[in-house]
Amino acid sequence: MSSDTIALGSNGHEPSYLDYKGKHSGLLGWLLSTDHKRIGILYLSALTVFLLVGVSFGFLLRLELISPGRTIMDPQTYNSIFTLHGVIMIFLFVIPGIPAVFGNFVLPILIGAKDVAFPRINLLSWYLYMIGGLLAVISIFLPGGPADTGWTFYIPYSVRTGTNVMLALFAAFTLGFSSILTGLNFVTTVHRLRAPGMTWFRMPLSVWSLYATAWIQVLATPIIGITLLMVVVERWLGVGIFDPALGGDPVLFQHLFWIYSHPAVYIMIVPAMGVVSEIIPVFTRRTIFGYKFIAFSSIAIALFGSLVWAHHMFTVGMSDTGQFIFSFLTMIVAIPSAIKVFNWIATLYKGSIELAPPMLYVLAFIFLFSIGGLTGVMQGVLSVDIQVHDTSFIVAHFHYVMFGGTGFGFFAAMHYWFPKMFGRMYNQKTAKTAFWFLFIGFNILYFPMFIMGWLGMPRRYYDYLPEFQSYHLISTIGSWITVLGIILMFYNLIRSLKNGQIIKEKNIWGGETLEWQIDTPPIHENFYEIPVITSRPYQYKNNEEVLTHKEHK
Amino acid sequence: MISTQAAEVHVHRDDVGSRMGMWLFLFTELLLFGGMFILYSVYRFTYAEEFHRAAKELNTVVGAFNTAILLTSSLTMVFSIIAIQRDQKSLSLLMQALTILLGLFFMVNKYFEWTSKFHHGIYPGSDELLSRSSGEILFFGLYYVMTGLHGIHVLVGMILIAIMSRFTIKDLITHDNYVRLENIGLYWHLVDIIWIFLFPLFYLIT
Repeated sequence: MSSDTIALGSNGHEPSYLDYKGKHSGLLGWLLSTDHKRIGILYLSALTVFLLVGVSFGFLLRLELISPGRTIMDPQTYNSIFTLHGVIMIFLFVIPGIPAVFGNFVLPILIGAKDVAFPRINLLSWYLYMIGGLLAVISIFLPGGPADTGWTFYIPYSVRTGTNVMLALFAAFTLGFSSILTGLNFVTTVHRLRAPGMTWFRMPLSVWSLYATAWIQVLATPIIGITLLMVVVERWLGVGIFDPALGGDPVLFQHLFWIYSHPAVYIMIVPAMGVVSEIIPVFTRRTIFGYKFIAFSSIAIALFGSLVWAHHMFTVGMSDTGQFIFSFLTMIVAIPSAIKVFNWIATLYKGSIELAPPMLYVLAFIFLFSIGGLTGVMQGVLSVDIQVHDTSFIVAHFHYVMFGGTGFGFFAAMHYWFPKMFGRMYNQKTAKTAFWFLFIGFNILYFPMFIMGWLGMPRRYYDYLPEFQSYHLISTIGSWITVLGIILMFYNLIRSLKNGQIIKEKNIWGGETLEWQIDTPPIHENFYEIPVITSRPYQYKNNEEVLTHKEHK
Repeated sequence: MISTQAAEVHVHRDDVGSRMGMWLFLFTELLLFGGMFILYSVYRFTYAEEFHRAAKELNTVVGAFNTAILLTSSLTMVFSIIAIQRDQKSLSLLMQALTILLGLFFMVNKYFEWTSKFHHGIYPGSDELLSRSSGEILFFGLYYVMTGLHGIHVLVGMILIAIMSRFTIKDLITHDNYVRLENIGLYWHLVDIIWIFLFPLFYLIT
């Protein structure tokens, strides 16, 4: 992005945000900071911890399933662990995921602002996130035991079970509140704080996707809030709204639940798509293909994604017309996603592709997301859905989209912005090794689930028929490789926080967006002077710059 | 929402931005109640006859009285904002106090309404209620949950206005910096408008 770069920043005039001395110092300087960059790092630390906890639970589940019958845990523990795995991964990792960490860190910089619109609310939403996380953790240890309902809290079991469902519900409610506040903040920030000349169509594409996501967060999350509150009320007072014995309808719970939870999967994936759109032009040295199509497809996904929820419920008994409409809309929502994929591929075409670690993750994203997305369309077909409903086919699809998509997008973002965030570089070779472990392990872990799901292996089952054993065995071996990759990746990144090569260069990857034109790491208020934007992002005309960048490597 | 030229980035105060944030928050509140209104419509559709019978048991006079109280409190809220715009601090404070007082009246009324229902043995899980038909059970269930949630919002609103009064006393809200009072006013009107829908749905449509 070309802009008047005179006053954007020069190294060493002001301390970076990491060394900045505000009202408080030390740990309090972080815990009470309203700087969007510090809050982003706070989120990153917390999310990393929760991610690793979630991964450990997933690892244990796979270990239990390595052979039929009891392997390492009893059925009740198994139920609790898959619930915790789901709750932690969904509510504490993927939903806040990219917006809370990288959205916070780069969104204001990308639009040329000093901070988000409501810095204090931003900090408040981090605290709400932590409180939610804490409640979830407490629910594990209190008498009664952790919730065993699955992350979907389906009625009537969630009303009847004696486990600590109440705490888990309050945790999810609080996390929803935190998510709403982040969304509200980002929408206002994009509307109000764009730098002069930063018109809507000069915004980097990740800003578009964060903007679309923020709207979903604001408009969909309240529904889950009220739904979870209703379950609390049911457990507490027995009002009967979802209880058939009193005239209520448990299927209504499912409707309300998915009215939020389907858009929520777009809260998870759309920001990752933004990251992909951001990284591809940088490592192909090409202007992004179809900027407006990618921008509007984010909005289209947000829009149509809100209208497809009942495709989670094709087997509960719905009118044929209802099924037909929801099946049709499910096909429609695949179109904007496909538009993105085509545009990314078109950008790669004849590009000067550099396989740096962020780019590897992005390419893996496109591959895995396509598999996940297309199997999603399969499930949108009514007849196929009856066959695969509640089988491990769904589990495989979901993990291809959420782990292969959002997870890999998150890792791509982490490797892409890491040098800017911390002013240090990780070992790129180790990063690539970790990537290959992750990518290969991932496919060995989840692909067999497609096959056994198709053959009829139900999801969430503790035990299974011997004929599924070899698939489960392969899948469990895959989980070991994946976990090795994750450990290696985090080891590499965490180690480089202290020992990584110090980066002072502003633009290590040769990016054309604003964050690469300011100091590394950024100063407290990002810019010495607010930039004036004069053109679109991703204008790679200057071949000389590209060449010098390549020589520098 | 139309964006304006974002030229005020260096100014720390952004009233338009604050108001926009508040409106977004109000959307979320509307959707929160929206979930309940969906449940209400589904059950009203399923149990039309029984909802009709149950609604007759609610006291329309008390409901109407409460509607009048809340509407008046919205008026005093607006007055308090106009007063602060005209730099009449004490008048604004008086109006804020009146708003809180009206909110309190509303809650007291609600309290008596609820307790009289309790005396008749109508509350979630009571033997009296459970002996009735499904539609009536659901009607009163929704009645308690929805007016209860609304009542919590009234309470929160009163607390927020009290905080605004404190700000006004300390001159943190003045004639050229009153966006916070305005935003709380918006919230109060939202609470009002939700009641405007609750009142006919539970008391009038019989």
